[in-house]
Amino acid sequence: MSAIRGCKGEAAAELHVLAVDDSSVDRRLIERLLRASSYRVTTVDSGKRALELLGLGKENNTSSKGPKVNMIITDYCMPGMTGYDLLKVVKESSALREIPVVIVSSENEGAEDFLLKPLRPADVSRLRSRIDGSTS
Amino acid sequence: MECSPLYRQAANMKKSLLDQGYLDEQFHQLEELQDDLSPNFVEEVVTLFFRDSARLIAGIDQALEKTPRDFQRLDGFIHQLKGSSSSIGAAKVKNECSAFQDHCNQGSTEGCLRSFKRVKREHAALRQKLENYLQVLRQVSPSPMKAAVRPK
Repeated sequence: MSAIRGCKGEAAAELHVLAVDDSSVDRRLIERLLRASSYRVTTVDSGKRALELLGLGKENNTSSKGPKVNMIITDYCMPGMTGYDLLKVVKESSALREIPVVIVSSENEGAEDFLLKPLRPADVSRLRSRIDGSTS
Repeated sequence: MECSPLYRQAANMKKSLLDQGYLDEQFHQLEELQDDLSPNFVEEVVTLFFRDSARLIAGIDQALEKTPRDFQRLDGFIHQLKGSSSSIGAAKVKNECSAFQDHCNQGSTEGCLRSFKRVKREHAALRQKLENYLQVLRQVSPSPMKAAVRPK
């Protein structure tokens, strides 16, 4: 996994995942789920706290080196900074942009599905099942 | 151990909660995640849920009392409540939240007030039932029901 890039010199340590979610229930859930895959997990309740932990202070500069994070998984819909806002800040930071970011959302948000560009033929069949209203 | 009366009682309680629609498959997923390293996982998550939901419900109550009503603020609260309900498998609470959301989106104060009463009622009912269930669960030996009460 590309997250291993940048771990040169470190022992084959556990991968460290930063999970961001404003819901304490969801934080507990994701912590437990990721633990099952032997990742080291840190959970925070907001994008703001995530950035503080990553070493980006209020000025959005690398003011201090944060702990090494191999992946960020974030809720999409959060009060204040959304998961998408957090993604943008991370990708605009030279120190952090290499960290893979995964955005998690619920159908509560209203979207039927999420696809990654560029779309492929396989994605089309997924679209079709959505139009039908069936799941495949 | 699986045949103990308490085990059976817990299994029946859970089956009943699932059959009556108070809980859905997601609750079963929570139980699947309980293991030796997280022996109280279900209780922890349920406790977190009721702590958060109490706060959100109080927030909604307050917001409903203010005039003019801030429907956006209300929507924020109910969004969170619906999300956590979904995460623990609290199906009836989640459904009432959806109904409440619809009324909020339509700006219908009357509808909001009525459906919020139902949210609170379902929430209170679930709280009681889960408290009862967890009480029995605590008395059963570790690693309780898994395959035995797979919902159909």
